Amino acid sequence: MAGRGRGRGRGQMTFNVEAVGIGKGDALPPPTLQPSPLFPALERRAAPLPGGEEGEYMLALKQELRRAMRGLPYFVKPGAPRRDIERYSDKYQLSSPVDNAIDWNPDWRRLPRELKIRVRRLRKGRTAPLIPKQHVALDKEETIKKLESLEKKEEEVTSEEEEEKEEEEEGKEEEEEEYDEEEHEEETDYVLSYFDNGESFGPDSDDNGDEAVY
Amino acid sequence: MTQAELRLCSLLLQEHFGEIVGKVGNSLLRTGPRPLRLLVGDTGLLPDQVKKALCVLIQHNLVQYEVQPRGSVEYEARSERILRILRYPRYIYTAKTLYGDPGELLVEELLLHGHLPMSCAVARVADRLTETMEDGKTMDYTEVSSTFVRLADTHFIQRCPVVPETPQSAKAPPPPAPALAIAEKDMYVVPRLSLVGKGKRRHSCDEEEEGEHKAKRQKQEGGSSETPPDDGIYWQVNLERFHQHFRDQALVSAVASRMDQTSSEVVRTMLRMSEVTTASGASHTQPLSSNEIFRSLPAGYNIGKQVLDQYLALLADDPLEFVGKSGDSGGGTYTVSDVGTRTSWTPPSPFPHPSLIPLLPHRFGSRCARIFRLLLRKKHLEQKQVEDFAMIPAKEAKDMLYRMLSENLVSLQEIPKTPDHAPSRTFYLYTVNVMAAARMLLHRCYKSVANLMERRQHEMRENKRLLEKSQRVEAILASMQATGAEAAQLHEVEEMITGPERQQLENLKRNVNKIDASENQVDETIFVLESFIESTTKRP
Repeated sequence: MAGRGRGRGRGQMTFNVEAVGIGKGDALPPPTLQPSPLFPALERRAAPLPGGEEGEYMLALKQELRRAMRGLPYFVKPGAPRRDIERYSDKYQLSSPVDNAIDWNPDWRRLPRELKIRVRRLRKGRTAPLIPKQHVALDKEETIKKLESLEKKEEEVTSEEEEEKEEEEEGKEEEEEEYDEEEHEEETDYVLSYFDNGESFGPDSDDNGDEAVY
Repeated sequence: MTQAELRLCSLLLQEHFGEIVGKVGNSLLRTGPRPLRLLVGDTGLLPDQVKKALCVLIQHNLVQYEVQPRGSVEYEARSERILRILRYPRYIYTAKTLYGDPGELLVEELLLHGHLPMSCAVARVADRLTETMEDGKTMDYTEVSSTFVRLADTHFIQRCPVVPETPQSAKAPPPPAPALAIAEKDMYVVPRLSLVGKGKRRHSCDEEEEGEHKAKRQKQEGGSSETPPDDGIYWQVNLERFHQHFRDQALVSAVASRMDQTSSEVVRTMLRMSEVTTASGASHTQPLSSNEIFRSLPAGYNIGKQVLDQYLALLADDPLEFVGKSGDSGGGTYTVSDVGTRTSWTPPSPFPHPSLIPLLPHRFGSRCARIFRLLLRKKHLEQKQVEDFAMIPAKEAKDMLYRMLSENLVSLQEIPKTPDHAPSRTFYLYTVNVMAAARMLLHRCYKSVANLMERRQHEMRENKRLLEKSQRVEAILASMQATGAEAAQLHEVEEMITGPERQQLENLKRNVNKIDASENQVDETIFVLESFIESTTKRP
């Protein structure tokens, strides 16, 4: 009973279709059986973009802004993923961005206290190991300044490591390693990016060793 | 917060601030105000990364924090502020047209860094300007700071809320987060600073020396950092003022296109006089007497007082109501008193809904636009009447109406003749629900900008290898030119990029430019629609 009437007549609707303007015998558009296509065909071309000096200047500004923002310290780059074991080549890799250092100095008074990333070790404690290095030739002074700024960053990293991983020695070793790395980087003849771990040749020998024993 | 807005906000954050900030912002937008621990849990990032991201977002005013009564601090993302990132080029360009290069660079620095103290901003801008000047010249700080003061006087930049002064002997522990506040009257007060100095230029020849000196100086300064005299006073860009300026510009150009140049100048003068006195959201400016207007007209326009009055009368009578007459001088009749005619004129700032109309011809055709405009004027029309008034044959009119109906730009209104709503005895009227149509178009705009951004990022990703190669070649060329290489060697290096690759690069550049220009264009439409919706919802 409910199905009666369907199919008879073109498509009965609850209101009088003539009032809206669909006359008898007019072809209605076919019913839509699927979602509209992802890229519908353009019926008419879009209007041309406004050119002129203003448009071009704003375009250049937009691209400049994008480029500039990438260089600012506010562009937070994710830290390098931690490897499972320390590798020999880590010494020669270029230093990756450290996770926990903040490159700019916000005004901490304006921010909630919980957001402050704390630096544990005081700077004064760190100046002691630097004293013997001051006898180095003058052209190394620049390296020392670089090292100090790196050390400051390293302090922040290592302070967090201490808290979280309780490995003090690793922190000190990393500092000294990085310290040495700077010297090595300047003196070595080898192109560092060509450095090959040699890992791919390693593990098989162990297995063979077991079998070869008679 | 529609889905389209959310998507656009997270794309903007990711593009300008990186993945981590994008994730944090995205999570905050979707879940609403959150304390730090829950945020760390939601995003799955390291706590330090989340803290860093929040610092960046708060610095740029994109996230605000609030201390809850139980002591925790909740962070909330401000979606409408994030969407403004699209409009940064327009703000900077406006500052350039109004205040020249120092103004442009000041606004740019403030936008890039979120908020800065005045001394810092002036120093940076002076350095940048010095670099672009010829050798030997430097930019003085005074010129830059005078531009700064002018920007503050016209309210284009404002002070950030400050940390309240804590008494020295505070018995209670300090609160977990400072409650920043600022009084309205202090917002534009420039501190008395004596900024003396010149911009520094980076010399390429004796760079090493300077590098060493700088490094030494930094070391010394690091030990005893002197607090700058305007410590704690930060400045930010006042976006609402810029929006007011854009609205005024649009109003003036609308008057100019409807009437003539002189009347637009009159309106521009009125708006300029009431710039600073009107609150940004007001629907009417303060009343201005015609004497004042006459006095403030720009020098080049020597139209007589009578002519000005005629123009004002014309503007007031215009059906679009740009200017309204809001009073006579003491008494009901318009008389010339001894003090001079003092009728007040108020230009309203509603956004006329004719601005919706230009969008339509591009999608549906000019005839549809004609029907739409007709419906806007006559409010409700029957099918037959539409055909008659628009002078379009019935079949086409029907087709266009149904298409617009299916897109929800027009709607049907039923008016029953009988209580039982029988279809044969009911009027069906076509009408335009302006607010709904405006909101729908706005949603579409957000979606289009998000699509444009994704497409642009896709194009860049596809050609990443090629872009990197071209950058390397440019770097090599630059270094070779610096060390003085011959033309043949330079040519050889240039040959490293083959012909088809060059073609591909050209295509890429053209496409990216087109997409960027489109984004700017859509943002203008977004501004118009948002202003319209805002101004209409505010009025009771």
